[in-house]
Amino acid sequence: MLNSDAILIMGSNMAENHPVAFQWVMEAKEKGSTVIHVDPRFNRTSAVANMWVPLRAGSDIIFLGALIRHVLENELFFREYVLHYTNAPVIIQNDFGDTEDLEGVFSGWNSEKKSYDPASWMYEGAAQDGKKSSAPKASESEGGHTQHGAAAMPDLSKYKTDPTLQHPRCVFQLLKRHFARYTSEMVERYCGVSEESFLRVADVYCKASGPEKTGGICYAVGWTQHSSGVQIIRCAAILQLLLGNMGRPGGGIMALRGHASIQGSTDIPTLYDSLPGYLSMPKFGEESKTFQNYLAKYKPRTGWWNNYDKYIVSLLKAYYGDAAQPENDFGFHWLPRLTGDHSHQGYWLDMMDGKMDGLFVMGENPAVAGPNSGMERRALAKLKWLVVRDMVDIETSSFWRSAPEVQSGEVRPEDIQTEVFLMPAAGHAEKDGTFTNTQRLLQWHQKAVDAPGDSRSENWFMFHLGNLLREKAKKDPQPKNAGLLALTWNYSTEGPHQEPSAEEILKEVNGYTVADRQLVPGFTALKADGSTACGAWIYAGVFPKAGENRANQRASKDFYGHGWGFAWPSDRRIIYNRASARPDGKPWSERKKLVWWDEAAKKWTGNDVPDFVATKPPDYVPGENAEGDNALAGDKPFILHADGLAWIWVPTGLADGPLPAHYEPFESPVSNPIYPNQQVNPVAQSKTRAGNQYASSPDARFPYVLTTYRLTEHHTAGGMSRTLSHLAELQPEMFCEISVEMAHELTITPGEWVTVVTKRGAIEAHALVTPRVQTLEIEGKLIYQVGLPFHWGYTGLVKGDVGNDLIAISEEPNVRIMESKGLLCNVLRGRRADNVLGVKELLEAQKVAP
Amino acid sequence: MTISAFLTDATVCIGCKACEVACKEWNEVPADGFVWSGLSYDNTQSLGASTWRHVMFLEQPQTAGPQIADTKDPFRWVFLSDVCKHCANAGCLEACPTGSIVRTDIGSVLVQKDVCNGCGYCIVSCPFGVIDRRPVDGRAFKCTFCYDRQKAGLIPACAKACPTQSIQFGNLEELQERGNNRVHELRERGYEDARLYNPLETSVGGVHAMFVILGEPENYNLPPAPEVPTIYLKSAWTSALLSAAIAFVIACVAFAH
Repeated sequence: MLNSDAILIMGSNMAENHPVAFQWVMEAKEKGSTVIHVDPRFNRTSAVANMWVPLRAGSDIIFLGALIRHVLENELFFREYVLHYTNAPVIIQNDFGDTEDLEGVFSGWNSEKKSYDPASWMYEGAAQDGKKSSAPKASESEGGHTQHGAAAMPDLSKYKTDPTLQHPRCVFQLLKRHFARYTSEMVERYCGVSEESFLRVADVYCKASGPEKTGGICYAVGWTQHSSGVQIIRCAAILQLLLGNMGRPGGGIMALRGHASIQGSTDIPTLYDSLPGYLSMPKFGEESKTFQNYLAKYKPRTGWWNNYDKYIVSLLKAYYGDAAQPENDFGFHWLPRLTGDHSHQGYWLDMMDGKMDGLFVMGENPAVAGPNSGMERRALAKLKWLVVRDMVDIETSSFWRSAPEVQSGEVRPEDIQTEVFLMPAAGHAEKDGTFTNTQRLLQWHQKAVDAPGDSRSENWFMFHLGNLLREKAKKDPQPKNAGLLALTWNYSTEGPHQEPSAEEILKEVNGYTVADRQLVPGFTALKADGSTACGAWIYAGVFPKAGENRANQRASKDFYGHGWGFAWPSDRRIIYNRASARPDGKPWSERKKLVWWDEAAKKWTGNDVPDFVATKPPDYVPGENAEGDNALAGDKPFILHADGLAWIWVPTGLADGPLPAHYEPFESPVSNPIYPNQQVNPVAQSKTRAGNQYASSPDARFPYVLTTYRLTEHHTAGGMSRTLSHLAELQPEMFCEISVEMAHELTITPGEWVTVVTKRGAIEAHALVTPRVQTLEIEGKLIYQVGLPFHWGYTGLVKGDVGNDLIAISEEPNVRIMESKGLLCNVLRGRRADNVLGVKELLEAQKVAP
Repeated sequence: MTISAFLTDATVCIGCKACEVACKEWNEVPADGFVWSGLSYDNTQSLGASTWRHVMFLEQPQTAGPQIADTKDPFRWVFLSDVCKHCANAGCLEACPTGSIVRTDIGSVLVQKDVCNGCGYCIVSCPFGVIDRRPVDGRAFKCTFCYDRQKAGLIPACAKACPTQSIQFGNLEELQERGNNRVHELRERGYEDARLYNPLETSVGGVHAMFVILGEPENYNLPPAPEVPTIYLKSAWTSALLSAAIAFVIACVAFAH
């Protein structure tokens, strides 16, 4: 980021939630970079940004769509980059229909199934039947976290282009047409951003483009936690590709990670649909009946993912060791199958319906951190058993005795049959391991002190729990236990508590040759024949030989920090960095050079490890039937994609369309101005049911926009901050932020108690009246926004009402995240107890036209 | 002898309060009350016996604040981490009757907690309102300048924790120069009301914790012309003696009658 000429922070309060990373923004600003912050609230990031632009929560795609339009209409795009490195010139099939023509949905819409058939979004000429095998064809676009969403990837190696960008069905023209109505006037009317402000942002940001300049975009959950979250991020991708800001120093889209190793927890996933290294969890059904079917679906003919079989076989070898043999498909059939929606929202609703017996909760506090926490607490009460591992007795482990509904007498502890086990957990300074942070950097941390009492590490807990379960399984040799018994589960242990060796686990993650157990130097050494094992292919190379734990390197030797930690893949600090050079392999400019082709040495070289086959020349042209990376030309930097191109247009892999379209949040004060017949994302799921209901849009009962956020002083639901006096005293009580005008209208005195009500519930908070929240004018109406931090709960040194009691359980269609950043609420003066009648009236009143 | 100093720069502070937390953690300073103030994000409110770093949050009704170039923001939000100034002439030290408060070899002002008897003279003598007594204990406490860390070759905990180098630590003369340069640079960049707070012209004789601020020092609870109360000693004692003498004369006269 120190290389950025402009930094756009949107959907993130970076200074507060990522203060350590934010030092680079501050340094870039000192060096002359312009920092732009677009956010509903003026927060600590806005305070130090060069520009703050307030916008209505949930109107992001109108704003970003208008930026895209601005770039296209004013021809500000980086033409050479766009032509060579993106799919802008690619021609799309002639049966594609846009939202502009189909009243807010794309072609392929099935209103019965509420899903898309993506066939018409495909490149012209990219035959879906171009696959070698009879792979099960996806009839629905699935989304998901893995493989860049490239599930059921068809053969994208063949496509037609128009290098003049004039063909009416080329991506560029489709894009231009699609965003034509996203104008600066629309921004003024529906985002609440003045045209002047918008144009200033557009002007400043679009200048950070071209051979000499770059700009970076930072976002966090202010973008993701929307019913169109993925498509908001897609807008950023389109913008950055048009401006030529990917794979170059100072460019990129920074998905800011809010806690230690959240990146790590997607790499080696806690996600329901993903295996380590973004491999796909097999879904129950045709695709996983045979290993061949599975590979046929997930292994594309061209591009880097053509190595899929090497990575999955090596993973299965790491899991099942000698039991994984070619004859039994390397134990593929022991892997669990996805049988439905196993996301947080999905299984929590299952729990609510009594379909689950037990739950392990580790590193999370869903009783106050989950959406519609009140409902989630009621679901917990339907479990037979609950294991909570944490450093303190958090709300999730004490819900049965101290939750608000228990305190109020509505729920009685003696009626809750859940058996709760609270297992004390060790903190990160009390155990060895790695953190993987935002920039994919693995950093090793050493145990500094022994954990107190019975507190143990996660490694310890899982290893010994595994041992106990395997002991039980041995006595009960049912087929379903075969996978458990086949697991390699033989880590050496040390110390009085038999702590498994974390370094040994990292070595397993790195990968090794099966025959002689030599560590592999990188993922190119992995094989599909079962001769290698690897716990996560993207991490291969972190431990290339005995005694060389590269995550533990602490001697940075250059500007990009090589020598400090290990950035996956292969210590590449900027991914897709082939794009930092021109198609002919020379740097775009001296100022922005990163990697380049050394003609004399016949290889790629530069200031970073090239994210490209080092010896593939820029003028390489693949043969007709070339496969894998060999099928990608020497000027195709985006090697993970089957076409080697960056996708302005997503032909496959997203559940809600090839281009972003603006839909209003599930609850909104306005009707969708762009697609009047399609108020919300058609594929997003509201999960409406008793206890999880929505206001109408608009709704006179709930006239204000509610958005939730975090404060720098607390850690999410507060388990690690409300229990420590040094942190708890800094933000000791629940509050909400409202504008001066709103306080005036409702005669709210600064600091007094108010009750915030949504269709899900009511909570009390102090009113923090501040000009930092501004009243916006939308369609000539004044719209008040209410900001709500969600850190409080009913245990700890400081307590308060649970902000997440107000949020609905809903699902964005691709990654199934809830919408917590744009909702509707009402605000009543006085405490919750004083407003019982008022709240009841609001929740029971019929819909009232505004 | 090297004189240690802080230079705290409001123009790069992001208000994260890491300095407050790091200070409390290292120095084992207890909690200072769980009270929500409603005053912006400032729940610490002031320096005291149990708060040795305090981040201020100033919502200033100032159009086009200089840190927000080229926009029409109706206000600016400025953060500053306040701390004991370790004055060149320290009021607390001069008032301390027990010798508990001393000048250290690094030029800082240190309360020796095993000597303090809790008389409280230092409290009224501090021109900045920094030092205070801890109610449960009775003794006076304030920033130690992490004397223990410095003697062990470490920089103070607050400076170490600051993510944006808003709190800089170093040699007094060097930081004075850096502060002046920074103000010069800021003014050139359009921060017209940037200034270095270091009251050299008053009896305090300059501070070892300087601040780069925007606008008037009063906004930051920094007195524009702080004075060490002992400068009033001579006139105070003179007046007292004179009064006593006059009273004595009047008494004598009265008795004589």
